[in-house]
Amino acid sequence: MIGDTPAPSPLHALEGHGLVKTFGDFRAVDGIDIAVPAGSIYGVLGPNGAGKTTLLRTLLGIIDPDEGHRTLLGDPAPLRQARSVGYLPEERGLYPSMKAADAIAFMGALRGLPLRLGRERARALLTDHGMGASIDQPIRQLSKGMAQTVQLFGTIVHEPRLIVLDEPFSGLDAINQGKLETLIRDQARRGVTILFSTHVIAHAERLCERIAIVAGGRIRFEGSVGEARDRLRPQVRLRTRASDGPWRRVLPAETLAEDGAWHFDMPDEGIEPLLRALLDGQAGIESLSIERPGLHDAFVSIAGAAAARQMEEKAEETAA
Amino acid sequence: MSEVLRAAFVIARRDFSAVILSKTFILFLLGPLFPVVIGMAFGGLGEKITTEGLRPTVGISMSAADAARMEGAYRIIADRLGGEKLPRLQRAPAGDPRALLARPDARFLAVVSGTVERPVLTGKASDLAWLEGDISLIASAALAGERLPHVRVEKQPVTASAGADAQSRMLTGRAAQVLIFLLTMLLAGMVLSNLVEEKTNKIIEILAAAVPIDAVFLGKLMAMLAMSFVGICFWGSGVFAAILTFAGPNMTPPTPAVGWPLFLLLGTVYFTMAYTLLGSLFLGIGAQAATVREVQTLNMPVTMGQMVVFFFATYAVDHMGSPSEIAGAIFPFSSPFVMIARAAQDAAIWPHLLAIAWQALWVALIIRFGVTLFRRHVLKSGPARRRGLFRRRSAPAA
Repeated sequence: MIGDTPAPSPLHALEGHGLVKTFGDFRAVDGIDIAVPAGSIYGVLGPNGAGKTTLLRTLLGIIDPDEGHRTLLGDPAPLRQARSVGYLPEERGLYPSMKAADAIAFMGALRGLPLRLGRERARALLTDHGMGASIDQPIRQLSKGMAQTVQLFGTIVHEPRLIVLDEPFSGLDAINQGKLETLIRDQARRGVTILFSTHVIAHAERLCERIAIVAGGRIRFEGSVGEARDRLRPQVRLRTRASDGPWRRVLPAETLAEDGAWHFDMPDEGIEPLLRALLDGQAGIESLSIERPGLHDAFVSIAGAAAARQMEEKAEETAA
Repeated sequence: MSEVLRAAFVIARRDFSAVILSKTFILFLLGPLFPVVIGMAFGGLGEKITTEGLRPTVGISMSAADAARMEGAYRIIADRLGGEKLPRLQRAPAGDPRALLARPDARFLAVVSGTVERPVLTGKASDLAWLEGDISLIASAALAGERLPHVRVEKQPVTASAGADAQSRMLTGRAAQVLIFLLTMLLAGMVLSNLVEEKTNKIIEILAAAVPIDAVFLGKLMAMLAMSFVGICFWGSGVFAAILTFAGPNMTPPTPAVGWPLFLLLGTVYFTMAYTLLGSLFLGIGAQAATVREVQTLNMPVTMGQMVVFFFATYAVDHMGSPSEIAGAIFPFSSPFVMIARAAQDAAIWPHLLAIAWQALWVALIIRFGVTLFRRHVLKSGPARRRGLFRRRSAPAA
């Protein structure tokens, strides 16, 4: 089944083409094409019910798609590469009676790591991350955050080439979220491919080289964070002493006046003609700022405002 | 296959350790002691109830002399045939038997009146039908009195008797069958709820992403089987020690047709096969259930199914070589029970090799079928099909 010979490093750690997964009448994944470059940090963003988890489970081979095909580390049978993969599911699961180090070693053993080596690494991981006192503690005695950390260590203990994390920041406090970001970056520096789903846009913006925005079972955008942001024009915010004059004619038609300032998208011809007109018309420029849109704005534009609101609400719930 | 086995061992080791190291395992080991202790405590009382309390009483409403003759005859017959086969006789006051039976404090099932030569039995028609023969026998013996001869039977012992061997081998086969059935019923049923822990603790997602589901099923079966063997070794040692203590080392049980060493080996193999056959089926069924409540609901039909299989196998023991025995050997779930009985009665080895291969094939098929059902209905993998028994309407969270 699972070969001992590692598959040759492909250009893409994960690929899916024409993936469709239906539950009854509900198309959770509706014709998705995705390619996760090897060695990258790749984020899948989307609101609840967008199809993120189903997409990840399909790519990992936990479930088979109704249509389409996928490759994991170049292998069309994902489970054959299980030893090279670490997976943290959205619904965390550990045996409550197992000791923390044993739980990590067990998860490594499932993916081919010898149990003794797994225990050694588990002890090292727990000690290095300030959880040395919990090594021999049963999972049921750990806090939720600590148990989640144990499961995360179980995901990486066998030193996989690909790590898939489904909503990894969910349920973590701000400090642990920061630690997780560091851990993800460390793994990426070692050449590990990281694919994670999230509803917290800020994490994706900070971590990801490439993202896919999923909504309604389809990928609405795929590319780098910069490319997503570039889909929107930079926002210009102008404050003038004069409120009217001939210079008003050069402002774009969709300009909004808010809080005593003008707001508008960067014109096609750039900012220079506008500046010239403002100076010539003696508008009296008090302040002028050009802001590049954030990933959140790009997400709103791509997935829709309703989806963005839903994600914000979920992020607030998580933070609370 | 090697990867499936490797992963199965990882899961089996975890499950086995979790069970063996739990406090409840001590209760599991001591479990069979409870019926033994209860049996010993209440056994004597139970026997008393069975032999005395449940035997009907017939009142004797005769003259004192006739009553004494009836009682004397009763004692002679009871000595030779055993008293439990006869109704108890008890003197009743003189008078109309119908009036005696009509009294609110009447304790007699029937009343025998008249004389020894012409006894009259009064009672309900249904009781008279089966008491008539007993009372007639007692009265006949009473009439014969001292003339009832005691014929001496000459004993002629032989060293070998094919009939006795066949009888004892059949008993050995049946005993082995009952033992394997009891162990299977007690132990395989536990597999039913084995995947509920993984499902309620969401661990199944971790397992399904890391190893083939076949390995999960196989690992769980291996763990429970290993745990069962620990229990069997423990109980077996206790039984062996008890036999040595109470029956002595010179006790010679009837030798099965294939000989004791091979019979014990086959018994172990057939228990393993019976366990894994039923266990894989239970695991497959139990895996569809989402909650402990659903598993409990499944327990009754599953136990009933086991009973039917066992009765089928028991029937086959008495009919060696008959179509029913062959059918029992072919039907995978009854095959181990039928074949262990055959091992006790027939020395041929090849049918066992064939049966074991056949049973192993069915274990593999049932595991595969259970895995397919699990992937389709629990993990919702593969193309959507018609609704399953426990399939929920809602789609999994995306």
